[in-house]
Amino acid sequence: MFNKDQQTIPVSKDHVEFLKKIKLTKIAIKTSQLSLFIFIFLFWEIAAINKWIDPFIMSQPTRIIKTIINLSKDGTLYLHTGVTIYETIVGFLSGTILGTLIAIILWWSDFTAKVLDPYLVVLNALPKTALGPIILVWIGGTTQSIIVMALLVSIVVTILNVYTGFIACDEDKIKLLKTFGATKFQILKKVILPANISNIISVLKINVGLSLVGVIVGEFLVSKSGLGYLIIYGGQVFKMDLVMTSVIILSAVAALLYLAVHWLERKIGNIK
Amino acid sequence: MKKIVEISNINLNYHTLQGETQAIKDLSLDIYNGEFISIVGPSGCGKSTLLSLISGILKPSSGTITINGNQVDGPSENVGYMLQKDHLFEWRTIMKNVVIGLEVKNKLNKSTLEFVERLLNEYGLGDFKDFHPHQLSGGMRQRAALIRTLATNPDILLLDEPFSALDYQTRLAISEEIWLIIKKEKKTAILVTHDISEAIAMADRVVVLTKRPGEIKSIHEIILTCNYKTPIKCREAPEFRVYFNEIWKELDIHV
Repeated sequence: MFNKDQQTIPVSKDHVEFLKKIKLTKIAIKTSQLSLFIFIFLFWEIAAINKWIDPFIMSQPTRIIKTIINLSKDGTLYLHTGVTIYETIVGFLSGTILGTLIAIILWWSDFTAKVLDPYLVVLNALPKTALGPIILVWIGGTTQSIIVMALLVSIVVTILNVYTGFIACDEDKIKLLKTFGATKFQILKKVILPANISNIISVLKINVGLSLVGVIVGEFLVSKSGLGYLIIYGGQVFKMDLVMTSVIILSAVAALLYLAVHWLERKIGNIK
Repeated sequence: MKKIVEISNINLNYHTLQGETQAIKDLSLDIYNGEFISIVGPSGCGKSTLLSLISGILKPSSGTITINGNQVDGPSENVGYMLQKDHLFEWRTIMKNVVIGLEVKNKLNKSTLEFVERLLNEYGLGDFKDFHPHQLSGGMRQRAALIRTLATNPDILLLDEPFSALDYQTRLAISEEIWLIIKKEKKTAILVTHDISEAIAMADRVVVLTKRPGEIKSIHEIILTCNYKTPIKCREAPEFRVYFNEIWKELDIHV
């Protein structure tokens, strides 16, 4: 119950061995992860130098580094990366907020939820990227249409996941509040929402990845900037160095956004 | 003694696609101020349903329930409900948990907060009010749940198998504690339980219900010869075994 009581036990030799073993395994995993990373890039570089692969088509790590330096000199690197990050964050925040609001409406009115159920199922199954050209025509080749794309990709999953979490809430907790005479709004505010915070955060985690898909597809279709634009442009003019560089920066962006949500999750977990 | 709850001729029917089920049939019962009533009966006989009806979150199909002479229509001010599990909210501290009823009723003010503080201090949770529920033992959590129920100062407590989620030893200790608190705060209590010994040990009267549809089969006035009437002491009384056997036979359990 209280950790204070457990610390007074003297540490035995066995326990020290046990802790050491766990620590060693941890170090071994980290070292292997790093070695694998170095190995892949080293092998890629050696293969390109020895002409086992054609660096014009496959690119190579030193060329990528060179490209990154060149791009950052004239600032285009920051511009394109910034645009993609901005579109992704706006897209996934609005997707999550709007999706949660719709989930609240569905929870509020069981009738609405039942009426909309088949539509949500179909929309969920539909690959949202197929709507790209429609959005392009309706909204135009602007940043807005890319954000809408990101929003569309994430919103249906948000609605379904959050709504499922809402209705899975313990009936007895709701009954408890009802015995105090709680209104539906009070039940929402005091039980449903706080009980679902961690659920919503895990939806946020899924949405970061999904919104990035939406943004890149959007940029493929319409834009004049962003990492998606760099990738498609590089492909068209056959600059594979540019394509590979953009993909690698994109993976870094994806990882960073994911880590940011993960950090948020832990922060909120601590408050709880 | 003054009547506090009057249940007269209530019926309750459940409707499902498969048909209609009669859960409670023509049930009448008067409960007096300060009394401790236990309700026992076979599984599914409508014991918990009866509590939901008294608390006003369910409406009877026919018949009336009055509390202090006023007909029950929707969740009543005078009734506090205690459920099987403590249902303390993990995201709230103990203090925030026990005031949730006051919050819902919009009655959070200086005097009600003082009252809650007094209850917490008096019943050994004063030092734990800023703790989160997972830091407390099962027994302490159940005590916090009782204080949450007492916080809105109801006259009647409905206890829906409040100890069944606890292990046996804790259960004995906590039922004793909670009984003492209820007596000290001079509340009327209605306890629903599966445990015949618990029912006899805690109650002034034990009501036995029949199989579904629930009707009253018998009512036992519990008179035990023991010096201090508390649930654990009562179990030593010679009459205890007699009541147990009588009620056990009436429950008519076949497995």
